[in-house]
Amino acid sequence: MEHITLLLAIVVVTALVFDFTNGFHDTANAMATTISTGALKPKTAVAMSAVLNLIGAFLSVEVAKTISGGIVNEDGLRTEVIFAALVGAILWNLLTWLVGLPSSSSHALFGGLIGAAVMSAGWSSINGGTVVTKVLLPAIAAPLVAGLAAMLATRLTYRINRNVTDENQLKSTAKGYRAGQIASAGLVSLAHGTNDAQKTMGIITLALVTGGVLAPGSNPPLWVIVSAGVAIALGTYLGGWRIIRTMGKGLTDLQPPQGFAAQTSAATVILASSHLGFSLSTTQSCSGAVMGAGLGRKGGVVRWSTATRMFIAWGLTLPAAGLVGAGAEFLTKQGPWGITVTAILLVGGSFAIWLASRRRPVDHTNVNDTAGEDEPQGVVTTAIAAVQPPPVGGPAADLMTTIPAPAPAPDDPARPPATV
Amino acid sequence: MKIDWAALASVFGVSLVVTVALVGLFTLGIVALSKQSAAAGSSASGGSVALARTGAYACFGLCLAAVSYGIYLIVA
Repeated sequence: MEHITLLLAIVVVTALVFDFTNGFHDTANAMATTISTGALKPKTAVAMSAVLNLIGAFLSVEVAKTISGGIVNEDGLRTEVIFAALVGAILWNLLTWLVGLPSSSSHALFGGLIGAAVMSAGWSSINGGTVVTKVLLPAIAAPLVAGLAAMLATRLTYRINRNVTDENQLKSTAKGYRAGQIASAGLVSLAHGTNDAQKTMGIITLALVTGGVLAPGSNPPLWVIVSAGVAIALGTYLGGWRIIRTMGKGLTDLQPPQGFAAQTSAATVILASSHLGFSLSTTQSCSGAVMGAGLGRKGGVVRWSTATRMFIAWGLTLPAAGLVGAGAEFLTKQGPWGITVTAILLVGGSFAIWLASRRRPVDHTNVNDTAGEDEPQGVVTTAIAAVQPPPVGGPAADLMTTIPAPAPAPDDPARPPATV
Repeated sequence: MKIDWAALASVFGVSLVVTVALVGLFTLGIVALSKQSAAAGSSASGGSVALARTGAYACFGLCLAAVSYGIYLIVA
């Protein structure tokens, strides 16, 4: 450890910060449905997810050998470029969190890396075909696969229990759905900790190798594994409540059977995709599953305006993170003062976004409220709404027109009397 | 650019089948178990309740096996 330069130290810290934002950005994937259906209390849910993320980080020792899996030519990647890429990814993660939209953290990282690499070494360092197969195609496939599976599963589960009308029976099935949901959410958390904490370990290891501290091909030192696991767990425990609210309440209204079907579909898709050689984004699978479950219930609605904003965010992830990454790399190329300026901009930008979020905080106490959050008119409006205090009174009238009141019970057999 | 359509198709197929099967099994399990709590109130025959309970545990067992396989995949 004696040869760690200041730049290397900055990169390691930045990588851990990215890991942290990754954690709280992705809490929603595992826990949004669990929280919105009331299967777990919000704080309990994020605590459970955090612990499982931490365990997941230690489960597998096979660390990602590349950051981008072949999108960017990583031979001779300079440390500054990794730093610039991380800056792009972190800022995009924070911005999407501010407007409460789930977007893929890995794609943000890819975007930042592409932008920084292009600025550093030109377009030839990018493998365009891999961008299509690793980013664009999965972005279309993930919600389709997970959504279809969740929709069919929701149909099936409602069909099987449509004859359940007895009061005791309803209580018992509701309990069952809760347990099932918690189990699949746990599986998603575990898989997330393994995959994403390892990504950070890979970045830090790569930076250490580039900086000449580690021999090429060596495994990450213990302190890297521990710090990456702790950073992602802390981020998860903090909870990206804004994104949880969008996913759990904003896209559709989830009943416990739907939550269970969605979460099971997400867990299956994530595990199947990562082990059959066609990686799909966790975030996109989970969002797709939630929408599919929304469509699967009779009378269920998907709020397409929210979904559209989310799709737009997915489309913007790569170019936006890329632009920031390129800008950051442009600065870091200028020498030490440029790196200092970039670091200051990163800290300042993050702080500004955090300040903006405080103007209308979302936390575990109001994560399940939907008032004022539904059906804004578009991305810009939402972005504005997100940084403005909510209008006083009046949202109820709007809500009445956009959300059909759930029909009393016939298609809703497993609705618990009061599950909290 | 080479798109691995076979891998994509198998992800599609496996996810679809496994999800629907798991959710179906689990729902059967909890519905069967719930018969028991329904019967606790009334005076249903003990035999059918025992049968339902056995079936439920079989369903949960299969689900548990699937979850264990999932954890195995994560660790491996």
